[in-house]
Amino acid sequence: MSADAVIIGSGPGGATAAEVLTRAGWSVVIMEKGRNHLLDPDDLTKPSADYSNDEIKFISRYFLGPDPLIEPRAFRRNAAEGEHTHVGEVNSIPTTVGGGGTHADGKVPRFREEDFRLFSTHGPQEDAAVDDWPIDYDELEPYYAEVERAIGVAGRAGANPFAAWRSGPYPMPPGAPMFGAVLSAAAAEKLGLHPYEAPTAANSIAYDGRPACNNCGFCAFFGCPIHAKGDPVALLTRAMATGRAELMAETYVSRIVTEGRRATGVEFIGPDGITRTMDAKLVIVAGGAIETPRILLLSGVEHPALGRHLMCHFQTIVVGHFPDVRLHPEKGRAVTHVHDDAMVQDERSREAALGAGLPWFRGGLVEHSGGGLPIMEARHSPWGRGHAQVMRDSNLREHMWAFIMQGEDLPYATNTVDLSPSIRDVRGVPVARVTYEPGRHELAASKYHGKILQSVLEEMGAEWVLHTSSPGVSYHGIGATPVPESRHVIGTARMGDNPDTSVVDKWGRVHSLDNVVVADSSVFVTSSGYGPTLTLVALAARAAHHLAGTKPG
Amino acid sequence: MPVWLSEQEYATLRAACAQMMPSDQGAPGAEEAGVAEYIDIFLGAFTFDPPRIWAGGPTSGRKGGAAGFATFHRLTALDELAWRTRLEGSQGLPEREFNGPVVGLQQRYRDGLAALGADFAGVDGSEQRRRLRADEAFLDLLWEHCCEGMYGPPEYGGNRDGIGWSYIGYEGDVQPRGYSDAEVSQP
Repeated sequence: MSADAVIIGSGPGGATAAEVLTRAGWSVVIMEKGRNHLLDPDDLTKPSADYSNDEIKFISRYFLGPDPLIEPRAFRRNAAEGEHTHVGEVNSIPTTVGGGGTHADGKVPRFREEDFRLFSTHGPQEDAAVDDWPIDYDELEPYYAEVERAIGVAGRAGANPFAAWRSGPYPMPPGAPMFGAVLSAAAAEKLGLHPYEAPTAANSIAYDGRPACNNCGFCAFFGCPIHAKGDPVALLTRAMATGRAELMAETYVSRIVTEGRRATGVEFIGPDGITRTMDAKLVIVAGGAIETPRILLLSGVEHPALGRHLMCHFQTIVVGHFPDVRLHPEKGRAVTHVHDDAMVQDERSREAALGAGLPWFRGGLVEHSGGGLPIMEARHSPWGRGHAQVMRDSNLREHMWAFIMQGEDLPYATNTVDLSPSIRDVRGVPVARVTYEPGRHELAASKYHGKILQSVLEEMGAEWVLHTSSPGVSYHGIGATPVPESRHVIGTARMGDNPDTSVVDKWGRVHSLDNVVVADSSVFVTSSGYGPTLTLVALAARAAHHLAGTKPG
Repeated sequence: MPVWLSEQEYATLRAACAQMMPSDQGAPGAEEAGVAEYIDIFLGAFTFDPPRIWAGGPTSGRKGGAAGFATFHRLTALDELAWRTRLEGSQGLPEREFNGPVVGLQQRYRDGLAALGADFAGVDGSEQRRRLRADEAFLDLLWEHCCEGMYGPPEYGGNRDGIGWSYIGYEGDVQPRGYSDAEVSQP
């Protein structure tokens, strides 16, 4: 077996690379360690029928993987805590064909111009490796436009006054606003904020042979049963339809085989448990910001920045209780409104930053979001007499509305991914160990913006409001788990022009290996406060076009 | 006949679930919903073919479409290893103990139910609650599964006829019908 490129990982990054390269006439082999539930096993050019509105299957029983019993990760907050404090689920993005795209609720904002120039725009921060990216927004814009069309994004140009420039409209208009978001957006506007329809990879109209979303509500953490979501289904089916892509699911790449500055192939363990190697002219690594550094470390790649600067998004969660109105958060596409104001400096936020002893801080995108699903709600309800009434009253679901701020994490050299000294996966390979804790910047921004979000929920009519965060921090007193819930994982193989301080160049190519390219959010220099998916997909498209000598279109 | 538990264990489990989720002033409880049945089927998932781990898709038939949930997914060898380890424990098998021994859910239930006492189903409610509170770890486990058995899709053996959903005004799975834009945006 041989192909022009071997792609490790079938998530948004790998699927994009596969689509662009096969369109350019290349042959690719996509190796995915998880199962295929995304594509029809009898015809990989069509979507599957495996996804469903099923809280047990997707939330309780790891349908999209990874199962922490066979693929655990290790976690600690810092090196002083010893080898690890937790083994099991840590930032588990799905391990399945389609990767993280399958479970995301599909909010796909672009970054703004300053997100690529954080150092130039705002200056340094103590202890953080704040830097500019080696590329700017203008350079990425054509790729943003291409991938928005490829996956299908609904949104309204001009709705967000802070948005970066764009070369054309969104491919689709926004979908139906959720009732709760209509109320929270009105309250936010009244307080001078600028909520807008979230750019969302869920079809608002029939698009590209896939139906319009029918608002079933099972978005975040679920695969879409009708394939109305802009997960990698469109990219992978298109790549498969060229006849030049081969998808190898349940195939775990244990090592990239190298000779000097070149990769010669990949070593992989197939579904039969047998280890083999495949020759490769080019290897594209798209395992995500935790698995990608793991593979590179297992392959013997050495670089002082590899695995460092892990960023999640420090989540500030502000919850309000609305006893008099049923908000029916189960109807609609999970999040229909967001606002950017917490990422834009004003006089007051500058003063708050200085007051906290920081030169500046930035929050993140604020999602207007409803409560969860009934099993989730029940687990947080009392048992015994009165349980049924508490569930019927539904204070934690029908009468709850929340803001989740995906706060920008700064890149700290001490937040890392490395190989666990003792924990192994089912195949006997050392698992990734995550060392992560928020810094002063994240906590100060969270405190400041949390108060603003509290006032919005009060304006909306909340009877009471509470704050929490993920990871939990002591001043909230609740939600104490130190393992971040955020599934946005970023950094660990940052891009840059200087091979001494960055792992990959501005095309994603590993500085020390001429034919290994990283195509996921590992390469981000800074995390912004926007979900990473669209930006990593645009970067993957750019890297693939560069390899193939083609242009976005 | 329970699928995996003994008759004695099953009687204890039913009484424990009924204490966690009592039938109450017209509200359905664990008994009406079949919560103990859900847990027993889960513990005995591998007595079915395919194992009762993941219900199928994309629709249940309740809101149109075929009854796809009823056909459970086949497991790969790795899926089976994971779920057998979780349910049966590692049992000293090297392929299940690569990070050390794992106590299975079957054992945890067997021990937890035994600790509640063979007379559990016959003692009064306050004594049942006292015994349940005595083992917090088992209580947490039982509560997690009670919630799944009451509010999860009926194909897993609980939430009989959607009784858990209908009492709280929740529609459950809604594909292929979904909700109209007006239902999403209006009060």
